[in-house]
Amino acid sequence: MKMNGARMVCEALIAEGVKTVFGYPGGAIMNVYDEIYKQDGFEHILNRHEQASVHAADGYARATGEVGVAMVTSGPGFTNAVTGLATAYMDSIPMVVVSGQVPLSLIGTDGFQEIDAVGISRPCTKHNYLVRELSDLPRIMKEAFHIARTGRPGPVLVDIPKDITAEIGDFVYPNSVNIPSYKPTTKGNNRQIDKAVSAILKSKKPLLYIGGGVVLSNASDLVRKLADMGGIPAVETLMARGVMGHSNPLLHGMLGMHGNYSSNMAMSETDLVISLGARFDDRVTGKLSEFAKYADVIHVDIDAANIGKLVAVDYPIVGDVYGVLEKMISGLEGKIKPDRYANWREVLERYNTLHPQSYRDSDEVIKPQWAIERVGELLGEQAIITSDVGQHQMWTAQHYPFDRPRQWINSGGLGTMGFGFPAALGAKRGCPEKTVINFTGDGSILMNMQELITASEYKIPVINIILNNRFLGMVRQWQSFFYDERYAETDLSYQPNFKALAEACGGIGYDVTSKEEFDAALEDAIEKDRVAFINVAINRFENVLPMVPAGGALYNMLLDDQQEEK
Amino acid sequence: MSDKTRRVVSVLVENESSVLSRVSGLFAGRGYNIETLTVAPVPDTNRSRITIVTKGSQRVLEQITKQLHKLIPIHKVVEHEEMVEKEMVLAKFPITESLADIQALCDAYNGEIVNVGSDMIIGMAADEPIRIKHFIEASSRYNPIEIVRGGVVAIER
Repeated sequence: MKMNGARMVCEALIAEGVKTVFGYPGGAIMNVYDEIYKQDGFEHILNRHEQASVHAADGYARATGEVGVAMVTSGPGFTNAVTGLATAYMDSIPMVVVSGQVPLSLIGTDGFQEIDAVGISRPCTKHNYLVRELSDLPRIMKEAFHIARTGRPGPVLVDIPKDITAEIGDFVYPNSVNIPSYKPTTKGNNRQIDKAVSAILKSKKPLLYIGGGVVLSNASDLVRKLADMGGIPAVETLMARGVMGHSNPLLHGMLGMHGNYSSNMAMSETDLVISLGARFDDRVTGKLSEFAKYADVIHVDIDAANIGKLVAVDYPIVGDVYGVLEKMISGLEGKIKPDRYANWREVLERYNTLHPQSYRDSDEVIKPQWAIERVGELLGEQAIITSDVGQHQMWTAQHYPFDRPRQWINSGGLGTMGFGFPAALGAKRGCPEKTVINFTGDGSILMNMQELITASEYKIPVINIILNNRFLGMVRQWQSFFYDERYAETDLSYQPNFKALAEACGGIGYDVTSKEEFDAALEDAIEKDRVAFINVAINRFENVLPMVPAGGALYNMLLDDQQEEK
Repeated sequence: MSDKTRRVVSVLVENESSVLSRVSGLFAGRGYNIETLTVAPVPDTNRSRITIVTKGSQRVLEQITKQLHKLIPIHKVVEHEEMVEKEMVLAKFPITESLADIQALCDAYNGEIVNVGSDMIIGMAADEPIRIKHFIEASSRYNPIEIVRGGVVAIER
């Protein structure tokens, strides 16, 4: 069939089953938008900033497991998208971003809105393409989706010059992909898996170290099964919250810099780390030489480069966690009983009793942890929780009762402030039956607040709970601990009227200073079914604890808050 | 663990415009060292071969191979162990230097005099990298005006 390149892009998206595209038009991508106007195979959501479009596509992908799609124009449209690409890249999120480019004849001439998109995005995409021939376009679109979702997932950029989208050619969308140089290893090596099974059977203190790869691989049920079979205790990374389910007695919670005491002690004392789709991030390991010092390490990862990158591995298994776990479970079947590691579990329980994850509640002021737990009580498993980046993110990861994978959406690797709100829009569009709550801070929310308009226009009723301490809280916390309380540029007391701001954009706003008001606001926001800002005044100097100071050993934690409330 | 090993890596890549920047960008972005880099098409294919000489700890060298493998247009990464490696150098000397001496020097390093003009002599050598270093040292006696060194190419034995 003959058509122009712009139409080919739309046809490819439809063929890939794309239902929602987030984007923002501009000169170099106008041809494609003209074809979007003419089709009804997918909807387009007009965010009010390209960064938000990419985060929304990202949130959509994280919530649904499908490939998120965003579309931007050349030059500033693309550069605005870079933070979104980098965010998705660091967390291995499948995404395809289509960007316009100046016509081929203008490339390299410093043309209007020209920027080397492929050059800029190389280190923050899994792969990227500059389309030079119209005849390559269908294949490239097909490959982009394939690369984005297979192996270790990630964002792929397709940069298309304007003359290519105008040119007319034959369109045949390929049925299959043939990239001889790209064959990800997905099946773990059987002998390595057998050795890992023997190691588990020999171990006295094994520990499941669960990472975001388990979510990406949809392997949560298998992880739970493995844990149950042997009664193997587990810890989750920030990206894996929800995999085990908060009420699972085998789960010790999150580990790392703001992990709980028993999790970090478990990692410090285990004799066998069973790492599943985790990558030993510095925020998890603390001081490397003290990390899991007494343990052998089984490392299952689809990305061979993650194995042995930071920590020496005794049982490397390159492959998809799902398939590897199936084999591991069948290898352990009949050889392991749930009471096998009872002594070890008891040790960890004692640690948990000694220093449980807790906070001091107050009758005078709303504590952020209380607000998070309260939402958990009221909405629990029914909600999808997104967050921005900072103290509120850590408190949410610590205190929300996550029950299932894909319930918790946050920017872990890149730590992108401004991620939460647009990601919530994407998540809500992907899962309209869920209530979507974005826990955010008074710093982060301003970084993509223009999305109030998007949310109002498209009636995407996400609820932003602003845990407002009038500080750039996490930086303030570090200034308190490590910079002698010199609060350089972190006092955010000068701030907008959040309630009025939401209302000015067609949303609904609440100022909340008591627990009763909090409950009433949340209930009302859910009932009104509109985009909402719930501005919650919290105590200014609450710290995220426990904490392992950067570069310290996991077992050396700051446990209790000595900070005087001011 | 500051023990740094020299390693020659051959990378077989799809012959497309951005592939060299993907490889060199990977080295720059992850802080890997490049001592020399040469690239040329592989005859009768649509592939190119990039030969890189690098240095690093065992862990870094392992990462280099693995990270290179992850780049989509890369077909194969060969970490050379048993190999023949050669490097080339061109050197320009003033005409006032002894033609015979320079001729003898080039001969000793698998080379020859490739050009003699009214005011200069150009010699070349093609040899193992360590011998190229020696050639350059030896040629310093003849007041070289310019020395141009190529990168290493290697082939597995």
